[in-house]
Amino acid sequence: MTGFPWLTALIILPLLGAAAVFVVKDTSVRLTALSVTIADLLISLPLWWLFDATSGEMQFLESAAWIPSLSINYRLGLDGISLPLILMTTILMPLCVLISWHAIETRLRSFMAVLLIMEGAMIGVFAALDFVLFYVFWEAMLIPMYLLIGVWGGPNRLYAAIKFFLYTLAGSILLLVAILVLYFQGGHTFDILDLSRQTYPLSLQTWLFFAFFAAFAVKVPMFPFHTWLPDAHVEAPTAGSVILASVLLKMGTYGFVRFSLPMLPDASRLFTPLMVVLSIIAIIYGAYMALAQTDLKKLIAYSSVSHMGFITLGLFMFNIQGIEGAVMQMVNHGITTGGLFLCVGMIYERTHSRQIADNIGLTKPMPRYATFLVIFALSSLGLPGTNSFVGEFMVLAGTFLWSKAAAAFASLGIILAAAYLLWMVQRVAFGTPAPHMLHKLSDLNQREMATLLPLAVLIFVIGIFPNPLLSRMHTSVEHVIARVAPSSPHQSSIRAVLEQTTPVQKDDLLSTLDVVHASTVHPIGNLPLTETQGKRP
Amino acid sequence: MTFSAADLLLVLPELLVITAACVVLVLDPVLRPSDKDSLVWVSLGTLAICMGLTASQMGTHASIFSGLVVIDAFGAFWKLLLYFVTGLTVLLSYSYLKEERLYFGEYYGFILLSLCGMMVMVSAADLLTIYLGTELMSLSLYVLAGLKRKEPRSLEASAKYFVLGAFSSGILLYGISLLYGATGSTRLPAIASAIATQGFTDPLLLFATILLAVGFGFKMAVVPFHMWTPDVYQGAPTSVTAFMAVASKAASFGAFVRVFVEGLGGVRTDWSAIFLLLCLATLIVGNIVALVQTNIKRMLAYSSIAHAGYALIGVVAAGRTEPSSGIASVLLYIALYTFMTFGAFAIVAMLRKGAVEGEEIEDFTGLAKRHPLAALLMLIFMVSLAGIPPTAGFIGKLYVFRSAVEAGMAWVAAIALLFAAISAYYYLRVVMVMYMRDPIDGTDPVPRLVMSPTLSIVLACAVAGVVVFGIYPNPLVNLAQQAVLTLK
Repeated sequence: MTGFPWLTALIILPLLGAAAVFVVKDTSVRLTALSVTIADLLISLPLWWLFDATSGEMQFLESAAWIPSLSINYRLGLDGISLPLILMTTILMPLCVLISWHAIETRLRSFMAVLLIMEGAMIGVFAALDFVLFYVFWEAMLIPMYLLIGVWGGPNRLYAAIKFFLYTLAGSILLLVAILVLYFQGGHTFDILDLSRQTYPLSLQTWLFFAFFAAFAVKVPMFPFHTWLPDAHVEAPTAGSVILASVLLKMGTYGFVRFSLPMLPDASRLFTPLMVVLSIIAIIYGAYMALAQTDLKKLIAYSSVSHMGFITLGLFMFNIQGIEGAVMQMVNHGITTGGLFLCVGMIYERTHSRQIADNIGLTKPMPRYATFLVIFALSSLGLPGTNSFVGEFMVLAGTFLWSKAAAAFASLGIILAAAYLLWMVQRVAFGTPAPHMLHKLSDLNQREMATLLPLAVLIFVIGIFPNPLLSRMHTSVEHVIARVAPSSPHQSSIRAVLEQTTPVQKDDLLSTLDVVHASTVHPIGNLPLTETQGKRP
Repeated sequence: MTFSAADLLLVLPELLVITAACVVLVLDPVLRPSDKDSLVWVSLGTLAICMGLTASQMGTHASIFSGLVVIDAFGAFWKLLLYFVTGLTVLLSYSYLKEERLYFGEYYGFILLSLCGMMVMVSAADLLTIYLGTELMSLSLYVLAGLKRKEPRSLEASAKYFVLGAFSSGILLYGISLLYGATGSTRLPAIASAIATQGFTDPLLLFATILLAVGFGFKMAVVPFHMWTPDVYQGAPTSVTAFMAVASKAASFGAFVRVFVEGLGGVRTDWSAIFLLLCLATLIVGNIVALVQTNIKRMLAYSSIAHAGYALIGVVAAGRTEPSSGIASVLLYIALYTFMTFGAFAIVAMLRKGAVEGEEIEDFTGLAKRHPLAALLMLIFMVSLAGIPPTAGFIGKLYVFRSAVEAGMAWVAAIALLFAAISAYYYLRVVMVMYMRDPIDGTDPVPRLVMSPTLSIVLACAVAGVVVFGIYPNPLVNLAQQAVLTLK
């Protein structure tokens, strides 16, 4: 199996598929796109098992000279942080094609081509090990997404599309300069791994940190750079919203964990308070804004701001719980929020409204739909047994180690999440439907069931058995921590274990981790329940 | 002055082009109107032969005609680019002139004459020879700009271009004479050695440098010497505009780089400061003014001004460190700029609204519905002009910014990127009207794209350059680096 260029195949296949949808017959455009995305999923699945979880090194490496005069290489590789994100992408893409089956009628070929081009670029972003290659994929996402919002979007799409485009483009201005500066500082290389091994002076790190921050914070989006997100979400077609929320936002947090932390450890430590404050503001502010929304998509968009705040918070804790929880939350948020957006898209196809007031009381006419909606909402608010609980809990545990006050503030976000999500569910699922709407409210068909079921299953699988996922990212996360916080007292013991790793001790390590997970389940187990009781409107 | 037959052999491409130009001019009145297509084939054939000849000269390095002309890889690089652009111009003009009902055989003659002037510019090693080349190029372009004789705007463009062009030529000549006074020669190597011995103490030398910068600034359309550009680009026939925006700019950059690196290389820290100011002004004015244009030819004119600013970054960087990497990035940038700008102008030229050109950006409304492929190509050109990967525009910017950072000017790269982001707004407006606006039903004739085989060739070449060099720029990079090595 070695030697097969898995990652190139993953990137190329959708791009070829994008060309293919232009030549196939009118009637088989949808089917072609679906089969390409499913084929891509099938290629990506073996990686899960072929991946060696005991090694924190990059795996499935591919390398070829690309532009020798600038020593730019085509280098791809995966570690425990990028693997789950790539799998999440390949799992979501077939669902995006499925949800657009009837929702998109105009320029179907172009739509599917744009989706497939984006899939290739997104996988490229997570797999790139050369900084310029990363930047190319990162920027190449912009035009397809711009078209997706601008051509197939809602009434205010032009404004939303250009706002999205200019925000993200302006954010990445300094990123390119920073990449070039690193090239000269780091010994004329764009190799991400080489650049991560070196130490840069603090003054340089400081401004590089802000250059990276500008690019990644806009993408995440962190407060106060989030204003493009609600506009883009509301106007984008459902598939666009899913890609935006589930994958694009993760590119920002992935940038932090892949570049900011290992390359600029001193600056990262220096600016931790800033990042924590911004994250907590995002958590609470996003949640408050979500409470006030009457539009379902806007509500979920603001909830994304809040949930992404947890991820950035966890990343900057520099301990294993925080970062592992954050990476896990990246995957979880992709699954859960993707599911919520799919749900909104389905109801919009029926009632042509995203207003909560127009979509009330769906349980009676649409029991299956309501079931899924409740599952996704509960996952989003972090109910134990669902995926988000594990991730958010780990982030909070990591935060608690750093500062009790920060953890207390961040917990407010969970309380508020319970409030706005349950309030939304209460109205949408359990109200009394308007009689004139009833004829529109047909329950989910098989295609729609197939769209939602994989995500619902994943929510419980990850929620109940988080270890397969955690064990794969564990060593990679420790690599990051060893870079960014080598001297932290909490980590020294783990690092000591790491440095003399033998197979036996590896098992010890994993079992201690299990203890950590197990012990953490208890104190929090009843927390969301009590909170929701107190807050239910 | 002596020269041998071997010297003539080395300037065979120039001789061929000028002969072809004369043949075209002579044949034009003789031929029956139905046979005039043959003029196109004469021009294209000449270009193909010259391309072969010049490519074979890539390795030679010879100073001929007593040092007036130098045949080297640097000149060959520009010449190859110029043949390519001229070939595209001829092909585009073939359809464009028919559509505009402009049946002038001398059109191709003037294009070739102008090309010959450009070839002299990029391979001259003497300031007066460069001046001669500049004049041959400009005089032909003045005529071409006014070729739409019935249209006042075209005449205005021609007159304006002529007056300002003559003015700038005067300044250039003045600079040359002062430089002669300061150094005692018009040969670039002699000037360089004079500066090396006497240093930069003579105020005359400073004054001459500034005047040369102004003279070339006019030709390259650099702010604040750009005022003629929008009016001329808008008024001239679009095929001529494309030729001016690309070929004339490339030749001016070629001559400019040679003069300032080979001749005035000794004072490069001084001129680099001047060009830093010009470069920032160009980036700012070009991009900001382009934002408010509603006419696509004017918008592209300001965009071409702005792109001269990006290329200048490489020149400034070359002045601050070892020149080779900065200059190579300039060559690369201009070469890549060629493909995207020419492609964009080609589509503008063939967009017809009734009997006239659809020149307003609004005229592109709904193009994606009527001509999906053309809209896609225009999208690619616009994205490339905005410098977004994976297109040629990004590679060009990457190299230019790399040399800027290498020269310790990361802040210039940051400013340039900021304006690149601003430029994305006006480039994407074209994409927006093509893809996201529905055509408005009205009494006006609906703008449509007139396709023809020659236009297809032009667009295919342009888009191939943008996409292929955006993904795999190595051949062009190697060529540019090889060219720079011969520059002393």
